[in-house]
Amino acid sequence: MNDRSATANSCLTRAERDDLRAIAAMMIPESAEYKVPGADDSAIQADILATLGRDTARVRQALDHLARLAGRPLAALDAPRRETVAREFRATGGVAAATLVRVVLQCYYRDDRVLRSLKLELRPPFPKGYTLEQGDWSLLDPVKARPSMWRRPP
Amino acid sequence: MPENISKNKNTSKNDPVDVLIIGAGASGAAVAWSLADTKMHILCLEQGGWMNPSEYPSTGRDWEARFYGDYSPSPNIRARAEDYPINDDNSPIKVVNFNGVGGSTIMYTAHWPRLHPSDFRVKTLDGVADDWPIDYATLEPFFAENDRMMGVSGLAGDPAFPPTQPPMPPLPLGKSGTMFGRAMNKLGWHWWPSDTTVATTDYEGRARCINLGHCTPGCAQGAKASTDITYWPHALRAGVELRTHCRVREIMTNEHGMASGVVYFDQDGVEQFQPAEVVIIACNGIGTPRLLLNSASSRFPNGLANSSGLVGKNLMFHPYAQVYGFVEEETDSNRAPPTCLWSKEFYDTDLSRGFVRGYAIQFGRGAGPVFEAVMSEAKGILPWGADHHRVFRKLNGHRLALSAICEDLPEEHNRVTLDPVLKDSHGIPAPRVDYTISENSKKMMEHGIARGKEILAAAGASDICLNSPIPYGGWHLLGTARMGTDPARSVVNEWGRSHDVKNLFIVDGSVFVTAGGVNPTSTIQAIALYVADQMKQRLANLFD
Repeated sequence: MNDRSATANSCLTRAERDDLRAIAAMMIPESAEYKVPGADDSAIQADILATLGRDTARVRQALDHLARLAGRPLAALDAPRRETVAREFRATGGVAAATLVRVVLQCYYRDDRVLRSLKLELRPPFPKGYTLEQGDWSLLDPVKARPSMWRRPP
Repeated sequence: MPENISKNKNTSKNDPVDVLIIGAGASGAAVAWSLADTKMHILCLEQGGWMNPSEYPSTGRDWEARFYGDYSPSPNIRARAEDYPINDDNSPIKVVNFNGVGGSTIMYTAHWPRLHPSDFRVKTLDGVADDWPIDYATLEPFFAENDRMMGVSGLAGDPAFPPTQPPMPPLPLGKSGTMFGRAMNKLGWHWWPSDTTVATTDYEGRARCINLGHCTPGCAQGAKASTDITYWPHALRAGVELRTHCRVREIMTNEHGMASGVVYFDQDGVEQFQPAEVVIIACNGIGTPRLLLNSASSRFPNGLANSSGLVGKNLMFHPYAQVYGFVEEETDSNRAPPTCLWSKEFYDTDLSRGFVRGYAIQFGRGAGPVFEAVMSEAKGILPWGADHHRVFRKLNGHRLALSAICEDLPEEHNRVTLDPVLKDSHGIPAPRVDYTISENSKKMMEHGIARGKEILAAAGASDICLNSPIPYGGWHLLGTARMGTDPARSVVNEWGRSHDVKNLFIVDGSVFVTAGGVNPTSTIQAIALYVADQMKQRLANLFD
């Protein structure tokens, strides 16, 4: 999903975009160990902004709640205070906060670099599909051996 | 001229038809196909349009995200032009459905059990609710016919059910089914590969399943049966007319108390009157009572076909008690259809459990990465911060989930009414749902959760989580225009005809007397075929 452009930047103010980036980084930081970007990565942020669509109002509501809790740009807070605000945001933000979290996660977990790290293919399910192994059908033998067990009505 | 029609000079009038079907979903398609061989002029009005499988979510990289948007199972979230809003604020279980040609068969898991023979005799066997006026044996040939038309995959020989002959072999057990099968054997409990309408071989023009995994919001491969690709092509070839983007506002009646036709809004929003000799409602357990209540008139002041006062009452959902956990081995995850196994170990009444009736268990295969992240974060088991990555890798692709599908008994206070404020895009009053989960159902759900935890423990799962009830789990919309022989205690008779209006029929899930503990679509369609058969046998004296 790295080919999307940030055509919807204008749906959020600069301050809102900064707070979104900051809270996303707290949710999912960059990891050298797993070779993945953080959710504050510019391509992922661009994907979020480009695809907010019907979630825009709730995400703005969540960012408004976050701004009130922080009292200043989230990134400007010291680390302990930022952690406290983030916890309070998730605990008290209701559906709006859940929506913000979900849009961050849904864009993060379709990013090519993240999917590669997870050893997942960079494609939609259709048209190639997947292979489903038959599994162990012998496990059904004891069930087949059971007597009929359905209840007969009079 | 029916009352009300003459009041609106702008209403266009169409040529009359013999049979008018409202709704092109599971039951509307089946009844249309079956009646087509009468060579009557049959018209179906559907508020949605034809689906384009090339636009289904599984064709794009945003396939999971769309489940939260334009392919949400909730009409209130999805909010497509074809949808109508539903006020379900006063219900712990939210209504999910789909509107379009194919109806909710577009958006279902394709799990395909039938109601059990005992489900039709609940009063006789357990002293609760009511017996149905028909039985399993009556429906059996229609179940079989429907299985052929929809294309069912499954394995004959389940000891927990009367003999069936699915026309296609079952879906593979896969990794998840094997883990569950092993766990169930440890416990000595019944399990069986689920019957499903996912084609495992090429079948009647449908391509076999290639494991897109994301089956529920439409199958781009066409392997999952939905009536737009099963019944409708046959019905259209046989001469049935299907008019899409036509939303019916109300059913009109004449001076003889018979249905005279319907008023609907066409694709351009123009109000039309469609005369008909027979009207068949196939709008399921929310849409059907909504339409009947919206059809109130001076002749039928409490709503059409409502002399019993039961239209909209006795809504049954099937509360789902879901339990899931995570195993060390990889599961099938999102790389296979969600349908997997079922268990009927706790299906029938055992009063020592503390409740009457029972539940089936439906086993799933896993989830995709976005679902896993969203659900696990919400449950508090996927942390924010540096440990997020490690924990996510432990969870993703390792989920085992199962649900107890609990039999909801009919209670009149669980009901569909018209919302006094909310309206759809045509200004038609929207339905309101008031529903509570009964004490019996709660005990059943608790039992299901406890057994679910035992199953997951036997499978070696940890980090056990619950969704009980699944909040957006109101898939099964049943009981709101029940069938019966007593006009004071039912809305339609034993062959689907309204007690009050003798040329009005109902063929959807609203006619269910009790709900059973299984997914109902197979039974809904068998009933639709049965009602159509009864109509054909009685054509000479259909209105007597």
